[in-house]
Amino acid sequence: MSEQPKSPPPVAARAIEAARGVFLWLDDRLKISNLWEHTAGHMIPKSSASWFYVFGSATLLCLMLQLVTGTLLALVYVPSGAEAYATLEYLTHEQPLGWFLRAMHYWGSEFMVTIMFLHMTQVFLFGAYKYPREITWISGCVLMLVTLGLAFTGQVMRFDEDAYWGLGIGAAIMGRVPIIGEQLVHLMLGGPIIASETLSRFFAIHVFILPGTILAIVALHLRMVLTKGINEYPKPGHVVRRETYQKEYDAIIKKEGIPFAPHGIGKDLIAASVVMGGILFCAAVFGPKGPTGPPFPSEIDVVPRPDFFFMWIFAVAALMPDWMESFALLAVPPVVILALFALPFVNGFGEKHWSRRPVAVMTVVLVYVAFGVLTYLGITSPWSPQMQAWTGDVTPADKVAGRSPLELQGLVVLQYKQCRNCHAIDGIGGHRGPDLADVGTRLTAPQLARQVIQGGGNMPAYGKNLSPAQVDALVAYMTSLVPSGEAPARDSTIPAEPQSKPTAALR
Amino acid sequence: MENKSDKPSEPCACQAGGEKSSRRDFLLKVGVGLNVVAGGLVAAPILGYALSSFAEKPDLQWIDLGEVDAFPVGKTRLATYDNPLRRSWDGATAEIPCWVRRKGDGDFTVFAINCTHLGCPVRWFEESRLFMCPCHGGAFYEDGSHASGPPPRGLYTYEHKVENGRLFVKGGILPTLANPNI
Repeated sequence: MSEQPKSPPPVAARAIEAARGVFLWLDDRLKISNLWEHTAGHMIPKSSASWFYVFGSATLLCLMLQLVTGTLLALVYVPSGAEAYATLEYLTHEQPLGWFLRAMHYWGSEFMVTIMFLHMTQVFLFGAYKYPREITWISGCVLMLVTLGLAFTGQVMRFDEDAYWGLGIGAAIMGRVPIIGEQLVHLMLGGPIIASETLSRFFAIHVFILPGTILAIVALHLRMVLTKGINEYPKPGHVVRRETYQKEYDAIIKKEGIPFAPHGIGKDLIAASVVMGGILFCAAVFGPKGPTGPPFPSEIDVVPRPDFFFMWIFAVAALMPDWMESFALLAVPPVVILALFALPFVNGFGEKHWSRRPVAVMTVVLVYVAFGVLTYLGITSPWSPQMQAWTGDVTPADKVAGRSPLELQGLVVLQYKQCRNCHAIDGIGGHRGPDLADVGTRLTAPQLARQVIQGGGNMPAYGKNLSPAQVDALVAYMTSLVPSGEAPARDSTIPAEPQSKPTAALR
Repeated sequence: MENKSDKPSEPCACQAGGEKSSRRDFLLKVGVGLNVVAGGLVAAPILGYALSSFAEKPDLQWIDLGEVDAFPVGKTRLATYDNPLRRSWDGATAEIPCWVRRKGDGDFTVFAINCTHLGCPVRWFEESRLFMCPCHGGAFYEDGSHASGPPPRGLYTYEHKVENGRLFVKGGILPTLANPNI
């Protein structure tokens, strides 16, 4: 110890000294430490270094990953109607690790949208949108819209049959706009029909316009976090007031503020690694999505479905009554967006904690339940006819056994006339119309004949398409579809048989 | 405030400092004005280019769908044509399908493939004589009229003609509710 000051400094110490010199020189020129102090090192309330606060940085991480993987995919991908599909195939099967980068980009988008909505939910439930963070919230809403725009245009980059018909659905929605609908369709498609210019257009939007926009708005979003501070962890009973809030927040920072980096960033870093791990895991295990068949519009044997986060819209489009459909597709989104923008101005003060905001909690529950149910319905699509049911689906043995020749003839009509594309028997077949397994308990023979011939209640009329003999046979078969122990349907205008002779026992 | 004390009266405005500041004001105004003009000149071609497809009217052409005899009477058949407005790099997307129904000898109806609900491709089912849509369950009768489901109208039809034993349709656009007449 006593000798040390006299001996020359060891190599390591001299190297550290030199590095310090270089850093100080750079810092003098670039003012890095100053920048750090005002950005990553900004003060946050200790309470905000919470697991609930990791979703924002995790979304940003996803964006960064998307920029990297997307740029790499663009090295190979050719956005041309004639080439895009071939380059997707090449990327998936021949380019080294091409399949993995495609998978990372696809799963990255799924993670990004999901985590973004978790972030939004957390911000909403924690009242972080309230005074004075209105612009933080609004810029976040714009980021959500841009992210969804990236997700939608990204589907088109996977230029397969789903992408082609997805564009068709987009154009059909545009075509419902009054007055300028036609022009909007042409603007969206880059011409009067879905073609190569459509893909070029969506490519430019997906890789230039929206990423540029999102980076600019992320900058604004983060700037707001720095100027107005991150939301303190809300406490029940703690009320936001215009007059006092800023003072209270400053006091919190003064009393228990910690620099975000390094003292508040630990949980964000752990979440970031979990997200990266999740994306890598999903990419490795589930691989990239598609491409499905090539985008030949003449290959009409397709079942177009959107990606996961648009499935609920797909379901809504099937379930809405006709009369409100154009209105709902065109007017509701702007209203919802305006409502989101207006939220911090309408509800900018008062309680922040979710336990004191039942309406907010119910809104979140409602939105999540609706999203979940609609997504499930979109995936199962019970309203879609099953195109192969009439050729592929079996008839359960107990729905054949013991039938008369006329009834069996009716079964053949039922199968051959494609009734089963919409009507299941014991759950086998389409689900657009009711299951026919017990139709004999619900409708009498005349009612069945009327329904078949005239249709109605969302069923086409088959009168022109069936001979009287076919209708007779079909009705005979359907009246036989009465599960044992149940009574067949009867005309309520005719007095019932005496109780002692239940008609169901005849069978 | 300072300005007022610097320039207490009119004559002083012509002095060096005042002159300079009014010159700078002038330069600023000219600069802003020139940029408004130049910006407009730059914006005109940019917007004209970007929005060209907004204003452009497609030039529809007659397309040969082939021999009339290829379509049997009483049947509905899928036909495919090459988009007349195609670009050489359109690839697969230029192959446009349509449904040709031949009711009588010269009685044709040519339906667009697109469901009138949200544009998915409808499929013809000969046995039930229905067009069914795979997306939201729309169904149409053989004459194209609405049978069930969410579509707001019947199938879109092409303008068509028969010449020298060949069937022609006018096409090249994606039909939508805004532009149902192909």
